[in-house]
Amino acid sequence: MSDETAQTRTIAVDMVARVEGEGALRVTVKGDTVQDVELRIFEPPRFFEAFLQGRHYSEVPDIVARICGICPVAYQMSGVHALEQLFGLRVEGSLRDLRRLIYCGEWIESHALHVYLLQAPDFLGYESGIAMAKDHGTVVTRGLRLKKAGNAIMALLGGRSVHPVSVKVGGFSRVPLRRELEGLKDELLWARDAAAETVRWVAGFEYPEFTPDYNYVALRHPDEYPLNEGQVVASSGLQLSVNEFEEHFTEHQVSYSTALHCTLQGSPYLVGPLARVNLNQEHLTPLAKQVLADCEIGLPLRNPFHGIIARSVEILYALEESLRLIERYEPPPVPAAPVVVRPGTGVACTEAPRGILYHRYKVDGDGIIREAKIVPPTSQNQSRIEQDLRLFMPRLLPLPDKEAALACERVIRCYDPCISCATHFLNLEIKRESST
Amino acid sequence: MKNDCPCSSIRIIGLGNFMRGDDAVGLLAATRLRQEVGDRAEVIEAEMAGVDIVELMKGARVAILIDAARSGQSPGIIHRLDASSGPIGVQMFPHSSHALGLSEALELARVMGVLPETVIVYGVEAGNMESGQPLSPPVANALDDVVDRIVQECKVCRA
Repeated sequence: MSDETAQTRTIAVDMVARVEGEGALRVTVKGDTVQDVELRIFEPPRFFEAFLQGRHYSEVPDIVARICGICPVAYQMSGVHALEQLFGLRVEGSLRDLRRLIYCGEWIESHALHVYLLQAPDFLGYESGIAMAKDHGTVVTRGLRLKKAGNAIMALLGGRSVHPVSVKVGGFSRVPLRRELEGLKDELLWARDAAAETVRWVAGFEYPEFTPDYNYVALRHPDEYPLNEGQVVASSGLQLSVNEFEEHFTEHQVSYSTALHCTLQGSPYLVGPLARVNLNQEHLTPLAKQVLADCEIGLPLRNPFHGIIARSVEILYALEESLRLIERYEPPPVPAAPVVVRPGTGVACTEAPRGILYHRYKVDGDGIIREAKIVPPTSQNQSRIEQDLRLFMPRLLPLPDKEAALACERVIRCYDPCISCATHFLNLEIKRESST
Repeated sequence: MKNDCPCSSIRIIGLGNFMRGDDAVGLLAATRLRQEVGDRAEVIEAEMAGVDIVELMKGARVAILIDAARSGQSPGIIHRLDASSGPIGVQMFPHSSHALGLSEALELARVMGVLPETVIVYGVEAGNMESGQPLSPPVANALDDVVDRIVQECKVCRA
């Protein structure tokens, strides 16, 4: 505030660029105090949970894949695992490996897009990925080729790279031949080196000092970096089986948003790459650990702006894991295990690129879905994003409205929100009210 | 007339979403064009392609893209835009909710030096983009016209 007398001031940005989906931010400032921060998602509700009611369980993977064009595999994986839990089916061996592999493809694709085209321009001082590409063409070419490597995995295993069609309860409708997977190897080896280079590249960015006190939440598995399985753990010490999720995590409506907010025992928490890396650092690969050490980056990462480092490390992890899974692949005897329908309720949580994704289905004896509940990562992070903006805003108040608004957008992009999933872009408005 | 252009030098890319009413028009046009000119041009249906459009165009001499447009004119009106030498503007094509729309993807390809020599964008003005709906009658009529015009376009490109 430049005046001695407190004043009312409104700062508005029509659309926050480079996020997935459409929404708005409104910040109310009274004097020098941030009164209120509302992340307003005005994308119309999409009613997927209601669409699923009355459908056969076998339709779930194809329906939920339509929730998001960036992370369809995550929806498919949480869906099939929840139904398999209910039907008492455990998918093991090569089929389990193939599910990890297709998920790695999605992480690579989603993370590469965010790192290179959505968030890197913020650190290098460009208004868009296109403007950045003019000066950093080689780097953007590397990012797009990395993304393409992820697409290739998804296209081979899923039948196509957008809204894959081969995932089904029990396995896949078609599994690849060994030579088909081997055909990916050369490009994935290139991509692994490019991913290590990506970590080194982002490690050289300048980051603002900002270390909120986070309760990180992610899956943890005793033997591996989590994708499809694990307990839900929090940095606060909480440790739960997925069955207990709804006893601790609750969704509630807020008047200004069409997406539900989810809190953990009433408080905001953080899901996504930062939480995952911090809670699962022992399962990173030796190369990923070495690259971090070479860059003098210590874990845990506590700054949300370091999300781009976490995302880059996960690209590297996902590529190494993909190569490992391809190396040991033997085609399974059948593409999908047989399913015996039984009525009841099944739940699952898997690690979408943006964090844990919870599904619950109630199914009747004919295999018809009677109830569905889906808790996407962005609705889980919404309260935390608002809280971080509240904490970050005071340093922005002396700035002119336009610059303050741009800085808020940069904070929001740290979380790679997928507003499309949470319900969908952002208008930003900062309202400054008189304190007298 | 002898034609020395390789087949893949013309690439037709239909964009959109099969499940959202008139937003399917680019994809449906591409499917029809595969039957009409599939022996002479490479045809791709790309649902929700975003930044992947850059990769989809790579290596082509001529790229013809078809998408639903929203400029406020009557549904079914066909716009033909030449993106070969300059931006087509972002107003006509709805932003992808996934970070990069068609106009931005074309500009990204241009700054990266991978934009084909000729890039023609056909935009069919959309009316209804509701989930689960078929093409609206004016857009269904425009589908025939846009297919005919692109068949002619391919002849010119190969001449």
